[in-house]
Amino acid sequence: MTSKTSTTLRILAGLAALVLVAAPLAMPTYYVSVATQILIFAVLAMSVDVLAGFTGRTPLCHGAIFGTSTYVVLYTATVMHMPLPLAMLLGVLAATVLALVFGLLAVRTSGVYFLLLTLALGLIVWGICLRWTEVTGGENGLRGQLRAGLMLSTRELYVAVAVVVALVTFAMWRFVHSPFGLTLRGIRDGESRMASLGYNVPLHLTIAFTASGFFAGIAGALYAVFNDFVSPSTVQLSQSVAGLLMAIVGGVGTLFGAFVGSFIIIALEQAVSSVTERWLMVLGLTFIVIMIFAPEGVIGKARLLMAGRGQSKTKP
Amino acid sequence: MRAVAEPILKLTDVTVQFGALKAVDKVSMSLNAGERRAVIGPNGAGKTTLFNAITGTIPPTSGRVVFDGVDMSRMSPQGRAHLGVARTFQITNLFGRMSVIENMRLAVRGLSPTKFSFFGTDDLTEAQADDVRRALLSSRLDGREHVVVKEMSYGEQRQLEVAMALVGTPRLLLLDEPAAGLSPAERTFLADIIRALPRELTVVLIEHDMDLALGLVDYVTVMQNGVVIVESDPSSIRTNPLVQEVYLGKPHAVVVPGEGNADA
Ligand SMILES: Nc1ncnc2c1ncn2[C@@H]1O[C@H](COP(=O)(O)OP(=O)(O)OP(=O)(O)O)[C@@H](O)[C@H]1O
Ligand SMILES: [Mg+2]
Repeated sequence: MTSKTSTTLRILAGLAALVLVAAPLAMPTYYVSVATQILIFAVLAMSVDVLAGFTGRTPLCHGAIFGTSTYVVLYTATVMHMPLPLAMLLGVLAATVLALVFGLLAVRTSGVYFLLLTLALGLIVWGICLRWTEVTGGENGLRGQLRAGLMLSTRELYVAVAVVVALVTFAMWRFVHSPFGLTLRGIRDGESRMASLGYNVPLHLTIAFTASGFFAGIAGALYAVFNDFVSPSTVQLSQSVAGLLMAIVGGVGTLFGAFVGSFIIIALEQAVSSVTERWLMVLGLTFIVIMIFAPEGVIGKARLLMAGRGQSKTKP
Repeated sequence: MRAVAEPILKLTDVTVQFGALKAVDKVSMSLNAGERRAVIGPNGAGKTTLFNAITGTIPPTSGRVVFDGVDMSRMSPQGRAHLGVARTFQITNLFGRMSVIENMRLAVRGLSPTKFSFFGTDDLTEAQADDVRRALLSSRLDGREHVVVKEMSYGEQRQLEVAMALVGTPRLLLLDEPAAGLSPAERTFLADIIRALPRELTVVLIEHDMDLALGLVDYVTVMQNGVVIVESDPSSIRTNPLVQEVYLGKPHAVVVPGEGNADA
């Protein structure tokens, strides 16, 4: 592919993204809500991708980190009557600190051990949210009035979320393309070489985990405002699975694929929920189907197909 | 007798044990700054394991590794790298999906705080770019910056192994069979690269090809079954009865490149 056509492609992709983001504004409010949710979960999926795609470690605790932020925002704003910006800040902070602790515990493992350890850590959060009834409201959860307080219509909230998500996406894009981002890819592809080059591998992984939790926390804080309600289901395993699945469907290591993944999974959830209660089963099946037919994800698959075509053209 | 200069690297009774196997058994050895040393010996002699003990990839079970007066026996590999210890790997250990320049960026930032740039661009500083240019030039990889590593020839990959170890001005360079698996022409080429390295750099070279090794070094250490059996000048190695005995009955072991058994 020449650089000229790739620039043209990029501009077209940018325009297409703008049109896609603006499109829901012309639709009924139900779709605007779904679109808001898609954007928020895309941030969660990107935060998963920072670890899964760039450090090569697949986490299953990001739902818990995300949901911790949601809990803290709703608790501090509703129960403690803190102003919303402060509550959101505290939510993101809580998620970041939680991720730091998880990171310190998990970064010396990799592969399936990392997956299982992060899964267990996420379950602990879920257990606490379920049992610590005085603070979390137990199974009843916490309900807030954050949206009413903001006096934003569904459409206005969508625009606000879109602006925040655009900024966060830009920051994450810079992050994975920074020297630190290259370090993470180096660790993914060769830890022993990185150590002998002078890199403290566990330190870099801990920072990556913490940064990833910070981004998941932003998604969780946005979700608090959007949903105005949190219960243990927000921190449960299926939430972590959904976040990971979105990253995988979009293609790990692509970052922006998270938007495609989030769109596909949430659209599927909406469609399935209207006919059956068994969404979690469908979620699991989707996971298996993707792993069998497109383990490189939808964007990864498209790239492979395009690369294949490009090659057959240049060959005589 | 008092030594004229403190050795830059001093190993005392270094032992590395894997279960019942002592892969390196009480090895003591001393290198002067700027020295070129070859470590030779049959497959499984413990040469790579000795390198792993020096670089910290596998810390020694017992014994001391002192580098420039610092006891680094218990230090991490990255800690030792910061002291100026660099290595190449017997089994090519590169970032295959990345381009040459990305591999070099990782190499040059390993010892620099610029690796902690979280939102900056991936460009190198002027000084780093110069360092990388110099290392690529020494390894004769200039002009290949944007080639993806896995698409390069094996010979070029071996050159990149050396280039990555050369940035950041190391003081001790450990080369683990840099020419293994190369054609005779490529070997000569790599030997020239090693010969042209700055004279103040201390180099330890593991090499199966005696002709290649003996032409490059000041002194030779011969290992067998984890122990050092001979240390001598290159000129008297071939005639040494112990060395002849080690290679007796299997004269080809001297020229067969490493088969790459269990490596870090
Ligand atoms: N990580 C490890 N675990 C267990 N045994 C090991 C390990 N690394 C090396 N060994 C064993 O230690 C012995 C020495 O191996 P080493 O790789 O150091 O030999 P070498 O001299 O480098 O040989 P070659 O010339 O084949 O590269 C061998 O018997 C090897 O099987
Ligand atoms: Mg070896």
